[in-house]
Amino acid sequence: MGIFILRRTAVMLVTAMCLTFIVFFLTNLFPNLEKLAKTQGNFRMSDEAVNSWLDSHGYLQPLPIKYGQWLGVLPGWQFETDDGITGRCFKGTKTAAEAAEARGFCGILQGHWGQSTVFKDEVSTIVGIRLALTGKLMLCVVLLMIPLALVVGVMAGMREGSKLDRSLSTFSILTTATPEYVSGVIFIAIFSSSAVGLKWFKGTATSAMDDANFVNFFLPVLTISLYGMGYIARMTRASMAEVMTAQYIRTARLKGVKFSNIVMKHALRNALIAPFTVIMLQFPWLLNGVVIVETLFNYKGFGWVLVQAAGNNDIELLLAVSVVSVVVVLVTQLISDIGYVYLNPRIRIS
Amino acid sequence: MEPLGYFEIVIRVLYQFTPVWVALAIVFATSMAFKRRLGLYGKLFDSPIGMIGFALVMFWVFTGIFGAMDMIITHDPLSQVSGMKNKVPGTVLSGAGEGEYGWYLLGGDNLARDVFSRMVTGAWVVVQIAPLATVFAFMVGITLGLPAGYFGGRLDTLLSFAANLILAFPVILLFYLLVTPEIVDTGVPNYMATVLFVFPIIFVGVLLNSRYYTMPNFRTPLLIGVLGVMIWIYLSLISEVGSKVHLLPGVLDIFDIPGGILVVFVSVVFVNSPTVFRIVRGLTMDIKTRDYVAAAQTRGEGPWYIMLWEILPNARGPLIVDFCLRIGYTTILLGTLGFFGLGLPPESPDWGSTINEGRKLLSIYLHPALPPAFALLSLVLGLNLLADGLREESLKD
Repeated sequence: MGIFILRRTAVMLVTAMCLTFIVFFLTNLFPNLEKLAKTQGNFRMSDEAVNSWLDSHGYLQPLPIKYGQWLGVLPGWQFETDDGITGRCFKGTKTAAEAAEARGFCGILQGHWGQSTVFKDEVSTIVGIRLALTGKLMLCVVLLMIPLALVVGVMAGMREGSKLDRSLSTFSILTTATPEYVSGVIFIAIFSSSAVGLKWFKGTATSAMDDANFVNFFLPVLTISLYGMGYIARMTRASMAEVMTAQYIRTARLKGVKFSNIVMKHALRNALIAPFTVIMLQFPWLLNGVVIVETLFNYKGFGWVLVQAAGNNDIELLLAVSVVSVVVVLVTQLISDIGYVYLNPRIRIS
Repeated sequence: MEPLGYFEIVIRVLYQFTPVWVALAIVFATSMAFKRRLGLYGKLFDSPIGMIGFALVMFWVFTGIFGAMDMIITHDPLSQVSGMKNKVPGTVLSGAGEGEYGWYLLGGDNLARDVFSRMVTGAWVVVQIAPLATVFAFMVGITLGLPAGYFGGRLDTLLSFAANLILAFPVILLFYLLVTPEIVDTGVPNYMATVLFVFPIIFVGVLLNSRYYTMPNFRTPLLIGVLGVMIWIYLSLISEVGSKVHLLPGVLDIFDIPGGILVVFVSVVFVNSPTVFRIVRGLTMDIKTRDYVAAAQTRGEGPWYIMLWEILPNARGPLIVDFCLRIGYTTILLGTLGFFGLGLPPESPDWGSTINEGRKLLSIYLHPALPPAFALLSLVLGLNLLADGLREESLKD
């Protein structure tokens, strides 16, 4: 087990390195840098001015070196100008002596995430604040989605082929067929527009950032949960239906155990192994939903930052966002693998 | 002329779809009549769920085709009529000329365009791109997944690592990185297209070669003919005058993909292929232990023959089901791209873009956003039901 976790972690680190390198490569392509120079300097810069701006900010170094500096395994760049020395690891200009002292490693390994060009703030503070907001959203989603999905799946799977099964299965197919931008729009139209007039909930979740309550937070949570739950419910149903045909369930029924007892005590535990992995693997998917729903409901969390950073080519922020999301994806995959081995005695013992 | 009431709107919308109803009736009547001779497709008509799904899917397919042939739409989806901005469904067209349709059946959008016609035209965008992109993703996934599962070893490790790499990427981030104009300028999507579109050629080449290599007199002309045509299409597909990849002179270039569509197409194929790869790889690893594969190996068949003519046909059931689901997923992805305004031109009538435009005024006007939303919902639902029906029927025997 220990070796298994170690190997998985090593593969995970390599994957994370590759992915961040790809993002680094794509964000550092020349047209992107040119746009960056023009937005930071001024829009009428000549090509030489753009080049010298990029040079003085360390962007014209070879890609692997830049990546190493960003990661923090190579010393940060320093550039001599007429006034003094500028560098990656400090702000403003310094004299040669001060610069020599400040020379060192400053990448994400040292906790130096850089400066956002859109929000004019430290990337680490932005990501921290926004991640907390999205964490709140995700927590509510998980609290709504997982019980709902498991209940629907177990109810559908306990009597395969019954009317209840048919209608619940159709319901879960319907939810998987409704992406967030469709269900969100429909919910806003029904529950919050003045055209229908119900106005039960609010169509924006901006106020929920400080003070989340049922009225302003329910629609975004419901929108993400519904799209994610269909798949989990179908997996639970399949797994439950399989367990219900097992010999020991038949034995229990022949013994005359009450049906509710069979479901709760005999079947449920074994039926919940398979959905566990599915639930963990669902998290990367939820990330997509978060981006869409935060845009739709104007909830300024992590997904909203992703859109802002990508839309404005905010390189440092975009890199930080991708590091976080890639780590989330990989960690959930790891947990799902380990959990599967742990929960399934057949694999654990062999 | 009077504004239409709700009942009249429904009747008139249904009437506009007449060609679709006729086509659907013909398809269903012939399929029902011959269903015993049509294999898996025929069996679909035994399951009510499968039939509903098939009807929904075919409805949008026919709507797309007839809409593109100008048989359904009432107005030009791009033209703006003054005085029709955000008008409710059934409003009389202001200043309608002779021979023009007199109403905006589902109202006007924020730029005074006809919502109904835009929804119908949007179906054509999806019907064109989604199935084709899925086919390409399957070609890539099958061409790489079969050898990975069959040979295993280093090749498998390498390919699986690459597939997991792409799968670990959040889709929206990938779209933003690939589809922004700056990246398109560098030609990255064009190079990706160059790589991804080779796979169908490899697939067909290997498929035919492994089957007919014992008959060189037949094989050689066949391969030259088929691959010649495919390579020509390939070159004219990827080479676009004025872009980074420009291989063919303009005369030989039979068609150009309109700006943005190629980029959208490539990114959708790129996102879908790793999942297909994983499915094919898993199926191959399962099937290669069967007796008929061992029999073929004993006969001395080559590995590619076994993969493509012994393993692949026996994996078709799950692959067909996944194909339907994946078209639905591709439709959702296309909508996502439109929703974020990526790739497709801003005036494009595709459903994602129209939903995005409509949502901005959603608290006052519902009619611009809801028709494309329900259209997308019903198409994807149809594909899911169809997949469910196919799965059920293919499990019966």
